[in-house]
Amino acid sequence: MSARRIGKRPWGARAVLLIPYLWLAVLFLVPFLIVLKISLSQTVIAQPPYTPLLDWSAGWAGLEAFVAALSADNYAMLGSDALYLVSYLKSLEVAAVSTVILLVGGYPMAYGMARAPRALQPLLVMLVILPFWTSFLIRVYAWINILQRDGLLNDILLRLHIVDQPVAWLASDTAIYIGIVYSYLPFMVLPLYAVLEKMDEQLLEAAADLGCPRWKTFWQVTLPLSLPGVAAGALLCFIPITGEFVIPDLLGGSETLMIGQTLWTEFFSNKDWPVASAIAVALLGLLLGPILFYERLQQRALAHDPEKWAPVFGQDHAQTKEEGRQ
Amino acid sequence: MRKLSAFTIVAVALGLAFLYLPIVILVIYSFNASRLVTVWGGWSLHWYRALMSDRAMIDAASASLRIAALSASAATVLGTCAAVALTRFGSFRGRLLFSGMVYAPLVMPEVITGLSLLLLFVALGVDRGFWTITVAHTTLTMCFVTVIVQSRLVSFDRSLEEAAMDLGCPPLKTFLTVTLPLIWPAVAAGWMLAFSLSLDDLVIASFTTGPGATTLPIRIYSEVRLGVKPEINAVCTIMIAVVALVTILASLATKRGARA
Repeated sequence: MSARRIGKRPWGARAVLLIPYLWLAVLFLVPFLIVLKISLSQTVIAQPPYTPLLDWSAGWAGLEAFVAALSADNYAMLGSDALYLVSYLKSLEVAAVSTVILLVGGYPMAYGMARAPRALQPLLVMLVILPFWTSFLIRVYAWINILQRDGLLNDILLRLHIVDQPVAWLASDTAIYIGIVYSYLPFMVLPLYAVLEKMDEQLLEAAADLGCPRWKTFWQVTLPLSLPGVAAGALLCFIPITGEFVIPDLLGGSETLMIGQTLWTEFFSNKDWPVASAIAVALLGLLLGPILFYERLQQRALAHDPEKWAPVFGQDHAQTKEEGRQ
Repeated sequence: MRKLSAFTIVAVALGLAFLYLPIVILVIYSFNASRLVTVWGGWSLHWYRALMSDRAMIDAASASLRIAALSASAATVLGTCAAVALTRFGSFRGRLLFSGMVYAPLVMPEVITGLSLLLLFVALGVDRGFWTITVAHTTLTMCFVTVIVQSRLVSFDRSLEEAAMDLGCPPLKTFLTVTLPLIWPAVAAGWMLAFSLSLDDLVIASFTTGPGATTLPIRIYSEVRLGVKPEINAVCTIMIAVVALVTILASLATKRGARA
């Protein structure tokens, strides 16, 4: 089909497209351009706290003066100051390690759900989705109750004489990993479940009939067929974890910061908006590849199997299926 | 016939226990009469009573609920329009950019979205507070609504819409009388997800708020940074109860709607 122009449609249809289009352009796209611009500016003590400001009234000359005053100093600083480099690397490390833990821990759960009796599956999906609907902040906070010095975990360990002294669980990388794995588990389990659930069981039976041992069937049949779910789950976890702020801030220690915390500190404590913007641009640059890959996966999944497409976001998909059959 | 293997049961049970135990523990502690976490002082509603007189917390909760209701409603309208445009308009100029802008916020780190929206509001010279948080939440949550409604629009039988149009029904009326009733559960689910995401958000609200506007997560966060407090356990328990109740009611309502 040839590309149709919006101009040929009735005004009502145009509004249906143009209103959300303009909304996102003004509130999602334009802000990035502003971040990019401010990342090339300098900090001043003023309101707003950066320079240069674009002087519209000066016309072309104003624009020229504005462009001439932009500089890449903030990026040079990001590259030279070890603090920033360390926090980028720390973020990537935490995101990569957590994604692997989530994959290893979430796969058996998703597999178990997909093999559970059909009648039970909608309930299991609901149970995995429900924590995702309750507050993220609350779920992280719940772990402080457990992990703090006089918290439940130390209490149990002391009573069982596994440790003699309370362990400092909080303010450590362990606590960050626990918090991240806990918060992101549904994002990993649901895409995996979606692919495992629709897998043709006859393939597994065929492999078994031909004498293939179960572990080999898993490596050669189940795992390769579930790769789209693995990719979707991994990206859905890896990308936001890299920029995570709340979890490392509440559960982590102060010696190593993740990049989201560094950005937050530059912005709220140091009031250095240009450096905070440069950090955001660099973070986005780092994540652009994974984000584009994720978008391609989304498009393909939508074209391929729309019914299973959005289980992560709370759609009761068992029900969608039921109605699809009617 | 499927048989339940031990592996299946153990994997699912462990996973669910991991997901639910911390929440259950938090709920139990909120009824603890003792101020100390490890000391069980018997069941008590003390912390809930203390909450009733915490003016700042009640104000924050009320601001959060109003922001969530307003932004979820706006996001549902915008997101449904975007979903209709993406599934029914075929290809149009700028479609790739449009779908990119819809999916990117779903995974975009919140610190980036929050910072960029704040800088926009500063550039526009808008007073920050209640309305800027509402607009920011609308922008984020409309994308989640789009995804949910779009998956529904793609999977249902289009011949019903075509039949209505062939019989001379105008597009708007077709949408209201044929399409909307069919996608209604997804629209409702989208509204609820938008509502709970807005109620939950700390990072974007912290960036886009101004003097005088404090949401519940901002308030909870500032308390939590100072350590565990039994009052916070009580606030969290109330929030969990509200979300669980709404989710279960909505699930029952859409099931009944589907059967009718």
